[in-house]
Amino acid sequence: MAHKEPQIVVLPPDTEKIKKLWKVALFLLFVTMVEFVIAFTMDHGPLKTFIFVVLTIVKAGYIVGEFMHLRYEVKVLFWAVLIPMIFVVWMLVAFVYEGMQIIPQ
Amino acid sequence: MDHSTAAITPGKSVWDGGASPMGISYGKLMMWFFLMSDAFTFSGLLITYGLVRSSNPAFEGSVESFQFATTHWPIPEKVFDAVPFLHGVELPLVFVGIMTFVLIMSSVTMVLAVEAGHRMDRLAVEKWMLWTIVGGLTFLGCQAWEWTHFIIGTEGGTVMSGYIDGKMTAYTVTGANLVQNQYGPPAFADFFFFITGFHGFHVFSGVLLNFLIFYNTVSGVYDRRGHYEMVEKVGLYWHFVDLVWVFVFTFFYLV
Repeated sequence: MAHKEPQIVVLPPDTEKIKKLWKVALFLLFVTMVEFVIAFTMDHGPLKTFIFVVLTIVKAGYIVGEFMHLRYEVKVLFWAVLIPMIFVVWMLVAFVYEGMQIIPQ
Repeated sequence: MDHSTAAITPGKSVWDGGASPMGISYGKLMMWFFLMSDAFTFSGLLITYGLVRSSNPAFEGSVESFQFATTHWPIPEKVFDAVPFLHGVELPLVFVGIMTFVLIMSSVTMVLAVEAGHRMDRLAVEKWMLWTIVGGLTFLGCQAWEWTHFIIGTEGGTVMSGYIDGKMTAYTVTGANLVQNQYGPPAFADFFFFITGFHGFHVFSGVLLNFLIFYNTVSGVYDRRGHYEMVEKVGLYWHFVDLVWVFVFTFFYLV
């Protein structure tokens, strides 16, 4: 039986898509640099923590949405991944609040 | 690329069988589910860190007057302020910044490998996979240095006091391990080892998987198969590792 090699067609690079990926990467690096600036210019406090959390979620959104392609997937999959993360947020809030009530020895 | 197994017949629900309701292949869907469970594991670790940290008193006073003590939680920028080859120079968080940069860059090269896979461009996949592996190994090397520095500690260590044989005694602690920690409460070192260690283990497995994919690409497995979907699946895992680092970076090093 003759083994037939599959015909491989190499397509040219999608320059627009590649350009967009590099733009996302630059944006991520930019946000990290902003975080650095804030880390050394702002006083420690709830506002600083809040800014860091927001910037982290922005970065996470770009990684999951663009790099992991979730933004372009079917809505069912998109929500199936996102909705369970509510539990994580709730757990974080509950445990940090609980931690503040513990009196250290 | 179309991954659905069959066209949907009008009037029939996508959930009636014969179609992929999620619009992706079985393998990719299972990778997503695995990553979800992994996200919960990492959340467990980071949330426990949040609990213990918020139960310990924070340092009161200016950052300049900060000193290591078990009575308050350390300020991370005062703990992680060393960079290889620059001994004695105080460069807070610079090395962690470099590590973050390395990991984000290796994430980009991974996406470019996936993009090349869509086009069946074997040479481009090889090139970008190799860069991704280099990035992963660089990150692991950085982490090894970071751990070594953390374990060995600073010159002179920190004088701490505690009960030894029922008597309050002053003693010097140099470096950190699971029971003693010169930088602050022992729990801080425990979390450092567990969280960055668990993440580092993921990076290590990721490098192994990336190498496997690179090997299969070079030997033409995916050309024969007719698609490069394995690159996408491992790509999902690699981005997840990057994603976790984004959270570790914020909650362990910045906040």
